[in-house]
Amino acid sequence: MDEIKDVVLEYVIDEYVEEDDMEVTFDTPLISSGLVDSFSMVSLKAFLEKKYDISIPDADATPEAFDTVNSIVGIVEKHKS
Amino acid sequence: MSGTRRTSKGTALSNIGSYDERLKGFDWGIAREILGWEEGDLLNIGAICSDRVCARDGAGKIALIWEGFGDRKATYTFDDLRVYSNGFADFLVGQGIEPGDRVCVFMDKIPSLYFSFLGVLKMGGIVQPLFCAFGDESLEVRLASAGTRAILTTQKHVRKVRKIQERLPSLEKVIVVAGDESKLKDGEVFFDVEAALRVEEFESHAAGPETRSVLHYTSGTTGQPKGAQHVHDSIWGQVLTTSWVLDLRDDDVYWCTADPGWVTGTSYGIIGPWALGITQCVLDSGFTSSRWYQFIQDNRVTVWYSAPTAIRSLMRDGEEVAARFDLSSLRHLTSVGEPLNAEAVVWSEKAYGLPFLDTYWQTETGSIMITNFPGMKVKPGSMGKAFPGITAALLDLRTHEPIGEPGKVGLIAFRPGWPAMFREYRGQDDVYRSKFVGAADDATPDELRTNEDLWYVSGDRSSIDADGYFWFVGRDDDVINTGGHLVGPFEIESALVEHEAIAEAAAIGKPDAVNMEVVKAVVTLNPGFEPSGDLELSIMNFIRKRLSPLAMPQEIEYVEKLPKTRSGKILRRYLRALEWGEEVGDLSTLEHD
Repeated sequence: MDEIKDVVLEYVIDEYVEEDDMEVTFDTPLISSGLVDSFSMVSLKAFLEKKYDISIPDADATPEAFDTVNSIVGIVEKHKS
Repeated sequence: MSGTRRTSKGTALSNIGSYDERLKGFDWGIAREILGWEEGDLLNIGAICSDRVCARDGAGKIALIWEGFGDRKATYTFDDLRVYSNGFADFLVGQGIEPGDRVCVFMDKIPSLYFSFLGVLKMGGIVQPLFCAFGDESLEVRLASAGTRAILTTQKHVRKVRKIQERLPSLEKVIVVAGDESKLKDGEVFFDVEAALRVEEFESHAAGPETRSVLHYTSGTTGQPKGAQHVHDSIWGQVLTTSWVLDLRDDDVYWCTADPGWVTGTSYGIIGPWALGITQCVLDSGFTSSRWYQFIQDNRVTVWYSAPTAIRSLMRDGEEVAARFDLSSLRHLTSVGEPLNAEAVVWSEKAYGLPFLDTYWQTETGSIMITNFPGMKVKPGSMGKAFPGITAALLDLRTHEPIGEPGKVGLIAFRPGWPAMFREYRGQDDVYRSKFVGAADDATPDELRTNEDLWYVSGDRSSIDADGYFWFVGRDDDVINTGGHLVGPFEIESALVEHEAIAEAAAIGKPDAVNMEVVKAVVTLNPGFEPSGDLELSIMNFIRKRLSPLAMPQEIEYVEKLPKTRSGKILRRYLRALEWGEEVGDLSTLEHD
C-alpha cells in the first residue's frame, strides 16, 4: 500500500503540479483545490488502470474519490482485490 | 406572458416585466437609462464598472466576495475595485503600455484577475483574458495572433510563459501579480496591487463606442483559434441582458461560475453585473457539489448563472446532497455554454424549487441572444425566444433563405447591429466575412456589422416551434463543445501529429453524459509504434500539457487509415457520424483504395 502511495504521489507531482516548489502530500486536496482539473482526472484514471491492471468504473471515478493520494489509493486497493 | 417570478421572499415583478410589451418600440437606449448615462459621460467599461458605481453612492457596497481553496476569503467594496483597478492602470502606463496595446490576463480566478481586467480597460488597453489551464502551445498561438505586448500572470503559471517568450517578439512585459517575488527571472516584473500604494485617482481613457475593449479567442473548424474583438459599446448589450435575463437587482448576491478566460466570465462575470453595481461572488477552487452548495449557503447567493455540465454533475450527486444545505436564498437560476437538457431543467425544479433557464449566445455575439426570461413559460429543453432588439431567424441549410415553417431545422442567424456584436476576427477579415450570408466579396468588417440586410450565421442549428421557441439541434461544423467550451479540431490535430508516434490524426467529439461531448482522437501511427496503454497515456498527457485538459482526448482509436476526400482532406464528418450513430450523408467525395 505504501508503495502505491509513493507511486501515485510521484506521478501526480510530475504530471500535474505546475509550481516548482509546491509541497504535495498524501492528503493534499487535488481536485477540490483546483490542482488537478476535473477533465484531467481521465488521464489520472488511465494511468492507474494501466499501472495496476485494473478497471475503475465511472461511478467510482468521482472528484471526491480522486481528491487526495490517500483516497486514490483506496480506489486502487478496492479494484485490485 | 406573465411578468411575475417566484422568489424565496414571495412574488415580485421581474426587471423585464412583460416580454411582449418590451418588444414594442424596443431601443437599446434603455440600457443607458438604467445606468443614468448621458451623452458626454465617460464611456469606458473599466470606469463604468467601478468609478461610476462609486460616484453614484455605491463606494461602500460590496463588489466582490471571493473565496479560494481552504479558508482563503476576502471581500472588496466598489471603492476597492476602483482603487485596485486604478492601481493596475497606473502601473501599466508606468510600464510603457499604451492605449490599443493587447494585455493578456492569465491567472486563476484570484481578485487581481478582476482588478487587472478593469485596469487594462481603464488605461485604454485591449484586455485579452485567457483560460489559465491552457498549456504553453495554446498560449503561444493566442499571444502570437494578438501581438500581445504584456502578460499579467502569477508565479504558478509563469513557467508556461517562459517556455514560449523567446518566440514572441511582441511580448515585451511579463508581469507577475501573485507569488514569491524572489522566484522571478531576469526581465520579469512583480506587482502586487494590494501591497502597492493605493492609487486614488486615475484618469481613464476616453474610449469611443468603437474603441477596442476585450479580445476573446474562440475555436473554429479550420485554422487556429480566432480573436473575436469587442468594443466598449458592448456594455449596453451586456447591461440590458444582465438586467432583463439575469434579473439582477440592487440587493442580489450573484454568482457566475464561469472563468473569465471565456466570454461568459467577462460579459456576465464582470461587465454586466458590476456596471449595475451588483455584489458578485467568486469561488476559485475545484468543483465538488458540496463545496458549491456550501458556497451558496454561506454567501446567501440569490442569482446563479452556471453551465449544463456543472448542473449535470450536481444531478449525478443527487438531490440528497442539495438537501443537506440551506439553499433558500436562491431565487433565479440561469445556464449557458451548451444546450440545457430537459431533464436538468426538471431536476433543478425538484432539487432547488426553481428551474434553470437556458440562455444562448456566443463569444462572437458578446451578449445573450436567445433565452428563457424570468416569468416566461418554460418549455424544458428549449433555448427560449430572441432577446428584444435581436432579430433571429433560421436559414435553410442549403439555400440560406429564412425558414417560416415550424419544426424545420435551419441555421441560427441574426441581423447584424446589436451593441455587443464582435467587430472583427483579429487580422482575419476573410473569416469574418464568411460568417455573413449575402456579404460582398470586398465588404469590410465595419460594412458587414452595420448592414441590416445581411445575416450573421452562428454555426448552430435549431428549429422553432409554433410559439416561437427555439430548440437546439447541434452545430453545423466540426467544433467540439466539451463542458460548454468550444475546442477546435484543427488545433488538436496539429498538436497530435507533433507526437512522435502519430502520423495522421482526426479529432472529433464523442457523446458524454456530463460534458455533452468529449474529445476523441482517431490516429494512424508512424512505423515502429504499436497501440498500447503506455502510448495512450503518453498521447493524452502530451495534449493536456500542450493545449489544455479540455482538449485532451479521452479516447484514442488507432486505425490503419483515415477516411479522406479525393483531395486528401480528412473526413471528420464521416468519423463523427459513425461515432454518434448518425447518417453518414453524401460520401461521393470519399477516397477509395
